[in-house]
Amino acid sequence: MIEPETIYALSSGLGRAGIAVVRVSGPQAKFIVEAVAGPLPKPRLMGLRQLKSRDGLEVIDQALVLWMPGPSTVTGEDVAEFHVHGSPVVVSRLFVELAKFENVRPAEAGAFTRRAFENGRMDLLEVEGLADLLSANTDSQRRLAMRQFLGEASDVYESWRTQLLSALALLEASIDFVEEDDVVARAWKQVRPIVDNLVVELAAALDSASRAGAVRDGLRLVIAGPPNVGKSSLLNKLVGRDAAIVSALAGTTRDVVEAAIDFEGVALLLADTAGLRSETTDEIERIGMNKTSERLRDADIVVWVIAPDVADEVGPNRAVDLFVLNKADMLKPDSIHTRNDSFLAVSTRTGLGMTALFDQLREIVRARSFLGNQAIIVRDRHIVAVKETIRLLNESLKNEGRPLEVIAEDVRNAALALGSVTGRIGVEDLLGKIFSEFCIGK
Amino acid sequence: MDRQFDVIVVGGGHAGCEAAAASARFGARTALVTHKFVTIGEMSCNPAIGGLGKGHLVREIDALDGLMGLVADEAGIQFRLLNRSKGPAVRGPRAQADRKLYRNAMQRRLSNQTGLEIVEGAVFALIIQDDRVVGIKTEDGRHLRAAAVVLTTGTFLNGLIHIGEQKIPAGRVGEAPARGLSEQMANAGVVLGRLKTGTPARLDGKTINWKVLEEQKGDEPPVPFSFLTEKITTPQISCFITSTTAQTHQIIADNIERSPLYSGQITGTGPRYCPSIEDKIHRFKEKNAHQVFLEPEGLDDDTVYPNGISTSLPEDVQEAFIHSMPGLESVRIMRPGYAIEYDHVDPRELSHALELKRLPGLYLAGQINGTTGYEEAAAQGLVAGLNAARAAGGSSPAQFDRADGYLGVMIDDLVMRGVAEPYRMFTSRAEYRLALRADNADQRLTEKGVALGIVQTPRQTAYAEKLEVLSHSRKLAAEISLTSSAAAKLGLRVNQDGQRRTALDLIAMPDVGLAKVAEIWPEFGALPAYAQEALEADALYSGYMDRQNSEIASLRREEQFSIPAGTDYASILSLSTELRQKLTRVRPETLGQAARIDGMTPVGLACILAHVRKPKSRQVA
Repeated sequence: MIEPETIYALSSGLGRAGIAVVRVSGPQAKFIVEAVAGPLPKPRLMGLRQLKSRDGLEVIDQALVLWMPGPSTVTGEDVAEFHVHGSPVVVSRLFVELAKFENVRPAEAGAFTRRAFENGRMDLLEVEGLADLLSANTDSQRRLAMRQFLGEASDVYESWRTQLLSALALLEASIDFVEEDDVVARAWKQVRPIVDNLVVELAAALDSASRAGAVRDGLRLVIAGPPNVGKSSLLNKLVGRDAAIVSALAGTTRDVVEAAIDFEGVALLLADTAGLRSETTDEIERIGMNKTSERLRDADIVVWVIAPDVADEVGPNRAVDLFVLNKADMLKPDSIHTRNDSFLAVSTRTGLGMTALFDQLREIVRARSFLGNQAIIVRDRHIVAVKETIRLLNESLKNEGRPLEVIAEDVRNAALALGSVTGRIGVEDLLGKIFSEFCIGK
Repeated sequence: MDRQFDVIVVGGGHAGCEAAAASARFGARTALVTHKFVTIGEMSCNPAIGGLGKGHLVREIDALDGLMGLVADEAGIQFRLLNRSKGPAVRGPRAQADRKLYRNAMQRRLSNQTGLEIVEGAVFALIIQDDRVVGIKTEDGRHLRAAAVVLTTGTFLNGLIHIGEQKIPAGRVGEAPARGLSEQMANAGVVLGRLKTGTPARLDGKTINWKVLEEQKGDEPPVPFSFLTEKITTPQISCFITSTTAQTHQIIADNIERSPLYSGQITGTGPRYCPSIEDKIHRFKEKNAHQVFLEPEGLDDDTVYPNGISTSLPEDVQEAFIHSMPGLESVRIMRPGYAIEYDHVDPRELSHALELKRLPGLYLAGQINGTTGYEEAAAQGLVAGLNAARAAGGSSPAQFDRADGYLGVMIDDLVMRGVAEPYRMFTSRAEYRLALRADNADQRLTEKGVALGIVQTPRQTAYAEKLEVLSHSRKLAAEISLTSSAAAKLGLRVNQDGQRRTALDLIAMPDVGLAKVAEIWPEFGALPAYAQEALEADALYSGYMDRQNSEIASLRREEQFSIPAGTDYASILSLSTELRQKLTRVRPETLGQAARIDGMTPVGLACILAHVRKPKSRQVA
């Protein structure tokens, strides 16, 4: 078999820093350390070494060298790390040296992870979690990715797989070993509660999936309302900069203006929309209003804004999370409450009520991004598979009373569907389960 | 003097009989070489044919004009259709057989087969020329040559019998093992393994107290195996059931270390689904009784086969624990049970045609491939014999895929996955279980068998007639219909939606079914039983057939995509190391086979596809 190439890359961030970490992974790692840094440090202990060019004539840097023999390493291969001084010049000089070795090449993006996966150091879910972790921008995205990376999702998937395996073993045993006195005749009586429970668990996971998806991709918050109520000003306040053009003219915002912010650790995708009114003759404004309606439909959070000086001709076409009365500074303080209690009175101009607005928004965002201890499914392909599994399990419940092999077919297909997430249930797994639990052997 | 044949089949067991018959039916000049003519068709273990999964195989052999179903119908003395309470896909025909009648019927049919010569002799070596197998040598110095050789040696390859501490080299009780063949194959680089199986003691029926035992009757009327058998005419008998007692368990527990299974004397792996009685008692301590079925071995034979107490404990222990069971207190033991270890070839060494990749010209079938069971052996024998004959005649190999039948499932499992224990058929192994039924084996395979050249005229005619009846009845069921209100008037519980429902729709409804449909339209009652069953199966599984058919279509698409023999999997670096090793080991011939390798993912398949399609010049050396 062909030996895999040894790969290297800068594992710390780019640019000037105190220390830069260059990681090497592959069968040549040991040889490289010995050639560049001299005697191998004790495994997993830092050793201070001078890094020299291969001809020994030039000292590249003084560095801490770490040597970790495989397979219990991050990639499953032999791994070495050079902790050099964080100058781009030092790093590139070291790279020049490393490139001189045969069968050694710079790692392309994701190469370390792929080797970890290929060598069984991570399962697919963990790899996907790591990809999210590396690209996580906010704290809650990181927590979500971390949960997957640490294998928590795998555990839940494994428990689903185990339940399906038990159900299948019962069904298949009473089909294939009908003559055995040990095999229960009424398998379905035992299978039904397992299927019932699994459907509940899968449905709950699917429910939290939509919330988890929002956390991963960012919650979509849409600001809408009649024209000229100060929606763009509100957006600018939330973003903390002038993202949207603000003017006293109604209909200034024609298109959707977007901004992404880290709101207390949660990614928010803010959208300021064209104001809605009952009719307009302006073609461009009409298109803008259509876009607003679309955004409202897809929003996770809707903030509806009105103002005392604007007649609200058009109401929201969906549930609203937060009603805001802007330009509250135009009203007498005591008239605010009489006008509409359900509206939060603020003024983007004076800052009135803005603290309360942030507080309320925080509550809403927290509720929307709360994941509890539910199973995490965030990948689209997992969602599709789980939905199909639920459908097929419900099918088996509907088929109660029909011949057992028909019910078994539904459960088999369900196992197949879920297998794309949890790993396949092979016939040997099934037979193993049957033979360990039933005394077969007439 | 050398004698020349097209095909030589070594072994007269269930695999050898079907192999020789299939080869001769194809038109090859065939020799069946066996120790003794009189042991041809011997049932070495339990006197029964069929069962779940296994009954399917018998029907498939029959659909391809093989012998087992016809012989079992002649010899069967108690027929039972298993899983009667479930649907047709998982019903399995099974029969107790009279061992002597079975042997006689098999020997008669083989003797009458044109183109087949039976040669008595012990084979001690293969003749290998230029890395090809071209014949065999017998112990008495005869050389037989052929274009292809089928080896069906059962448990005879380095067979070693264990009874307690006693070890006896033998193929079966009282018969010498075959020695040199394993070595010749190993020298050619073929990977061998060692497996174990066992058999219980045989009891003298005259000394059993039958009165105290529970009786188990057969079906009335018995359902035959063969599509050509109209009626079972052999007299039918009952089996009886006893069970182990607390005393039995105590005796076995006290002597467990005297079992070669526990003393470490046996190294081969035994089947988990057919454990010895000492295994059952050791592993399932919470069970205080195990059923034992007392199966008569023949109509005029007092030998009784106690099914469920296979053992390798010493004779005195066997004696003691058997006497501790109700009805067997004073039974005479005719011969003790034993365990037998034997060599087998790792079936991953075979192509799907059952030819050894490293020794072209040599085909293997039966226990030598790591399987257990008469039906599994016979089905492989048929495929190996057919392919040996086709190769001898210059035809391309016949292949049966996982959607053709259980025999395709079995061969694919063996060749692709190998065996960790003796391989037995179960319906759960078949992913297209609802389509692969015992009742439609002929519709799946007979036409294919005709095209392959092993189905003779009488069966072709019978099948054509049956097909006509089936298509008539299917047309009838699809065309006759009534409105929902008409159905309500007849007392049927259907939705009053104004829709017309066909007879097939009504048969599919759990509240209606075929019986009521036959009351409404007597022409359905007049259909032969097989046609009624076919309609019931069509109706019952109709909701699943679309999905299964599209899966089968995609399987066959992948099977058609062949992977070049010289593909270097080690150079597909995007595959995991584990997959690269597995692929290098298995060397799949098609994309479909690659897809069935453990741990293969859609991404992995895409990588293989991309590699295979890559222009040669860009391929990494």
